[in-house]
Amino acid sequence: MAFTGIFLILFLIVHAVANSCIFLNDGGATYNGVAHFLSHNWIVRFLEIGLFVGLFAHIIQGLMLTMQNNSKRPVKYAVNAGNATSKWYSRSMGILGSLLLIFLVIHLKDFFIGTKIALYSGDAPHNLFEEMKEEFENPIIVGVYLVGVIALCWHLIHGFASAFQTIGVNSPKYNSLIRNAGYVYTILICLAFAMMPIAFHFGWIQ
Amino acid sequence: MEHSNINLNLKVWRQKNAQDTGKFETYKAENISTEMSFLEMFDVVNEKLINEGQDPIAFDHDCREGICGMCSMHINGRAHGPWDGTTTCQLHMRAFKDGETVTVEPWRASAFPVLKDLVVDRSAFDRIQQAGGYVSVNTGNAQDGNALPINKELADASFDAAMCIGCGACVAACKNSSAMLFTSAKVSQYALLPQGEPERKTRVLNMVAQMDKEGFGACTNTGACEAECPKEISISNIARLNREYLSAQLSL
Repeated sequence: MAFTGIFLILFLIVHAVANSCIFLNDGGATYNGVAHFLSHNWIVRFLEIGLFVGLFAHIIQGLMLTMQNNSKRPVKYAVNAGNATSKWYSRSMGILGSLLLIFLVIHLKDFFIGTKIALYSGDAPHNLFEEMKEEFENPIIVGVYLVGVIALCWHLIHGFASAFQTIGVNSPKYNSLIRNAGYVYTILICLAFAMMPIAFHFGWIQ
Repeated sequence: MEHSNINLNLKVWRQKNAQDTGKFETYKAENISTEMSFLEMFDVVNEKLINEGQDPIAFDHDCREGICGMCSMHINGRAHGPWDGTTTCQLHMRAFKDGETVTVEPWRASAFPVLKDLVVDRSAFDRIQQAGGYVSVNTGNAQDGNALPINKELADASFDAAMCIGCGACVAACKNSSAMLFTSAKVSQYALLPQGEPERKTRVLNMVAQMDKEGFGACTNTGACEAECPKEISISNIARLNREYLSAQLSL
């Protein structure tokens, strides 16, 4: 979970930075350029396979872990400690992950599949920027994306620090650094992703 | 501390034996001194049950001074009750309000089957310990005390891990019924000292293998074990176990 999680954390940086080109507000020229480069570069195409392998590994590990762990207490407690001993998002990684998976299916259907069809059918260069603009006119889609980002936010708040604990990185010297880096990372990534649909929807980006 | 007497409603898990499905029964604990410990309150209730010719509530206890790790009640959703860093025997009745309903359950985990009422079988911990939680000692005279220089910080960290009394509160508190805090404490206390060095790698692999075999869940770093541990063992020990395990797996 930790290794694939850190891999996906690294991917999110690339994804957020590349997509943030839309905020340059240049009619998508830079963004489409970056998208074109990423979809036509052999190294990136190769890494993409790795990304899907990592993603599926993370999903399958998560499902197996959650199912196995849930089976270890056949008789439940009548009274639970709840938030007195642990955080709700730490206990809800399975649910948050499932929400993310549902979001991801919608997200890939929206943007990934269309791009790939355009890439292999050899049509005119795919204008991803225009596609985003059209998609995010619909307030329901904006809502779905915001729910996805909120789920991602809580998933990362636990996941970032948890990944380091799992691989054994825990020292009084660095614990607060790791925790705070996790918060800063999560806020920056989620803010960037949340602003994309919002900015398109309200026409801040033309 | 002001002393008073209180009355409580107890909702206690009663289960005849390991095969019984069990259910909650309600009892009145009357005229309980706030200076009593939680176990002494149970003694009073049991005394009354015995006088009435009923089966007393079975619960584990031994030293009653917080060092043996026998007491094991899950009180109002908390392992060892609402106080931090205490065992059930050190939990005093002043933690409760007059007229309060207190729910008492046994540790719940498939690796800790209920034997009777509030008594669970924690011998899974013994088997984890036996899988590697020791130092093999060759025969001969004991070494001179100062023959092995040990760094103060490491000695302290090892002692902090060795504080574990094996009560099982970590498993009881964990949503996954994971025994990682216990196992990591037992691995850490040796991994930090030169005496543990020769068996360092096999120890961690064997203890983790036994832990998985016993049917405990996997750690997801929620930190509930650390919050409930009566000896306040830190989850930094779990990170150390992960480190030890990873390096042993890569190098053995």
